[in-house]
Amino acid sequence: MARKLPATDVVIVGLGWTGALMAEELTAAGLNVVAIERGPWRDTSTDYPTTIDQDELRFGIRLDLFLRPAQETFTFRNNLNQSALPIRQFGSFLPGNGVGGAGVHWNGQTWRFAATDYKLRSYLTERYGAKFLPEDMTIEDWGVTYDELEPFFDRFEYISGVSGKAGNIKGEKDPAGNIFEDPRQRDYPLPPLDPSYAMTLFDAAAKGLGYHPFPRPGANASRAYTNPLGVTMGPCTYCGFCERFGCGNYSKGTPQTAVLPVLMRRANFEARTLCEVLHINKDAAGERATGVTYVDAHGEEFEQPADIVLVCAYGLHNVRLLLLSGIGEPYDPATGQGTVGRNYAYQSSSGARLFFEDKRFNPFIGSGVLGQSMDDFNGDNFDHAAHGFVGGAGISCASTHGRPIASSGTRAPGAGRWGMSWKSQVASTYQNTTGISGQGSVYSYRDCYLDLDPIYKDRFGRPLMRMTFDWHDNERKMTNFIAERCTEIAKAMNPKTVQTNRLSEHYSVVPYQSTHNTGGATMGDNPKTSVVNKYLQSWDLHNVFVVGASAFQHNAGYNPTGTVGALALWAADAIKNRYLKNPGPLVQA
Amino acid sequence: MGSSRAPRGIRRRDLLTSTAAAFFVFGAEAALGRTVKGGLPWAPDSVVPPTPVSAVGWYFFTALEGAAVEAICDRLIPPDDGNPGGKQAGCAVFIDRQLIGSYGAAERFYMRPPFATGTPQQGTQTQFSPAEQYRRGLAALDRYCRDGLGGKGFAELPAAEQDKLLAAMEKGEAQFTGVNPREFFELLLQNAMEGFFADPLYGGNRDMAGWKLIGFPGARYDYRDYIGQHNKPFPLPPVALQGRPEWIGR
Ligand SMILES: Cc1cc2nc3c(=O)[nH]c(=O)nc-3n(C[C@H](O)[C@H](O)[C@H](O)COP(=O)(O)OP(=O)(O)OC[C@H]3O[C@@H](n4cnc5c(N)ncnc54)[C@H](O)[C@@H]3O)c2cc1C
Ligand code: SF4
Repeated sequence: MARKLPATDVVIVGLGWTGALMAEELTAAGLNVVAIERGPWRDTSTDYPTTIDQDELRFGIRLDLFLRPAQETFTFRNNLNQSALPIRQFGSFLPGNGVGGAGVHWNGQTWRFAATDYKLRSYLTERYGAKFLPEDMTIEDWGVTYDELEPFFDRFEYISGVSGKAGNIKGEKDPAGNIFEDPRQRDYPLPPLDPSYAMTLFDAAAKGLGYHPFPRPGANASRAYTNPLGVTMGPCTYCGFCERFGCGNYSKGTPQTAVLPVLMRRANFEARTLCEVLHINKDAAGERATGVTYVDAHGEEFEQPADIVLVCAYGLHNVRLLLLSGIGEPYDPATGQGTVGRNYAYQSSSGARLFFEDKRFNPFIGSGVLGQSMDDFNGDNFDHAAHGFVGGAGISCASTHGRPIASSGTRAPGAGRWGMSWKSQVASTYQNTTGISGQGSVYSYRDCYLDLDPIYKDRFGRPLMRMTFDWHDNERKMTNFIAERCTEIAKAMNPKTVQTNRLSEHYSVVPYQSTHNTGGATMGDNPKTSVVNKYLQSWDLHNVFVVGASAFQHNAGYNPTGTVGALALWAADAIKNRYLKNPGPLVQA
Repeated sequence: MGSSRAPRGIRRRDLLTSTAAAFFVFGAEAALGRTVKGGLPWAPDSVVPPTPVSAVGWYFFTALEGAAVEAICDRLIPPDDGNPGGKQAGCAVFIDRQLIGSYGAAERFYMRPPFATGTPQQGTQTQFSPAEQYRRGLAALDRYCRDGLGGKGFAELPAAEQDKLLAAMEKGEAQFTGVNPREFFELLLQNAMEGFFADPLYGGNRDMAGWKLIGFPGARYDYRDYIGQHNKPFPLPPVALQGRPEWIGR
């Protein structure tokens, strides 16, 4: 029997990026907030100071800071005809665990999804006609608009300390920034990071081809910075131990550096660590949630009653919690009925690798954000009519790190993987290689979804979540088109050799691609095709808000967290200014 | 600052780091959940540094296994003029120490049954921990050498023959009993590279040999003076988490 605790106004499942942002907003509004986090407490001075942080084996390879599959994993299959098997070691994506969530060890690349993304189905249908879209593509409009979200994008960028250059301030374009971006109210809080050598070569080549490159925006502070909450950050030192690592310099925008120092001082906030929420509880009528049940590290169960439940457990875990709690109707790909688990999507990667002979790229000098990007082939920034596909990719030449274990597999063309054939080229390849990569959209499809696995269980004996996913022809065509563009730019940079990297034949959970899993608890204005409304409020239980990339109806060619952060702040605003005044559905179904 | 249910003195209740071999063990208390309230919690001695390994002897391997792994590492990463190979760089010591820790025991992996064969896209489905894979793989390799290659162990074969056998394992052509030679080869190659390039405190990359080879400066953390020095050699020597050998009188 779970021990029942005193009630609180708000309980938050997970204290990562979204949990920290929403806790800050709601405690500032005077609510009592309890956050329940399944992983340990984490902070800069104790968990990744610069005396131990530069340890590739511990953090980059053995994945010290990440969720361990022994605690929770997923099962995976490429299609409905296969049997799903457990992901026994994480590879393709790496969920976070512990205070700060994946925000601790993200790169910091911070983007806004395009204005067209929030109305993707109606926009593409209007421009290209309904027949242009594959029949089994299940993209939807999101029910929210870019203009509604703009102030919240701005706030997330200022809280997390984004370095970058605006390309469109209130309609005024500046070619030093991204001229394809939608209008923003003001510039980023910090100027861009200093470019690496490889980025300058890419910039010149891309401009020569008529493209519009700009410094990639993101939350690695290019200068000392004080954010709107009054928290200070130090300048990034280009240490090259960024993604997969915590930042020892207080330079990466994370819950730890940007929010927790303020949040933790609030008397109306409390965090419980090493406590895993098992399910969300419902009242007898099935109209409201009554709180959550969690288990602590002793295996003791507690019930935390609350007036509002915020599910901030990371997109994938959000969906599993809904399925385990019986909230909403699980999606069935055979009938297309149900919504929970629908429209799971990911991202596609492709690009080119360049091998020079006489360069010194010094790849170890880098940061999670550092890169030069171009948006000429992202989203609908180019006319797709002649191409026969929809979607696109952001193209970047990045200098994120030169960590040696990870780099050891990069080989000059013709070199072996081991022996003298490997060793005789490794030093030269390390200094002479750079890459251009496309981070591509993946739209949603009828047969790509999440549900509970019929066989495999977690350590409490509860079903793991099953992922059914593969690339579709639209994405194959798009990604190959992007690989060609990357190769053209690569050739214009005049290396000795260029290798083109195309999309793998099937999606695989083995090589790391990105922790950009989306969908499954999608937002929209129709309860038949979405789990939450435009305020991320559950259609089924009005005091449950499901926050994260689970709300995305499809995935775009941008990293998700700028949009995730904006949605979290937008939902917090709706709770403060609408829901509290009149608790109930904010949108009538 | 209130911090109920926190065991005194142990803030990092969350188990050993993966990379520290199990030389010290936190009590069961180490995993207590707790409430954090009223400010950022802070306690002295709460950083968990990695444990440097001793370079002497085998902890996991038998002498025969150790010799075979040293020989394998030296073919995967051969010595050449001035540059140590995998053996001299300590790759086998590194692997040995990894196998007695949480990595060797597959503590972090999902190891629940049923075990089934999947597609390559579904990733490894082995029921064996890395330590078990080495024990079984090395036994199969030894049997293969002694039965088929003139009664000698792998370490005693001439280099050219060792290379041939490793290449056959890589392609899945060597017939091992009860062990998939390709999977075992991939594990060896991955762990040898880790040993060659990980921080020296884990037993490999001795004298930062791997880092010197490629010009990686190691555990440095501030490149602000160098980000603008495009296309120029980086002037500083590498440094490890414990510093440079001469700083600590070695
Ligand atoms: C290596 C890496 C690099 C990345 N780089 C970028 C990037 O450059 N740009 C970008 O936009 N995004 C990036 N991301 C993604 C980014 O980290 C996430 O989008 C972001 O952290 C999501 O915020 P969240 O609040 O939804 O989840 P998280 O920040 O992961 O927080 C979720 C929290 O919930 C906890 N939790 C889960 N289940 C439970 C439960 N049952 N009970 C209690 N607690 C629970 C988790 O432990 C976690 O702490 C990266 C991710 C990784 C791993
Ligand atoms: S690269 Fe910069 S932001 Fe990233 S961890 Fe290093 S100092 Fe921090």
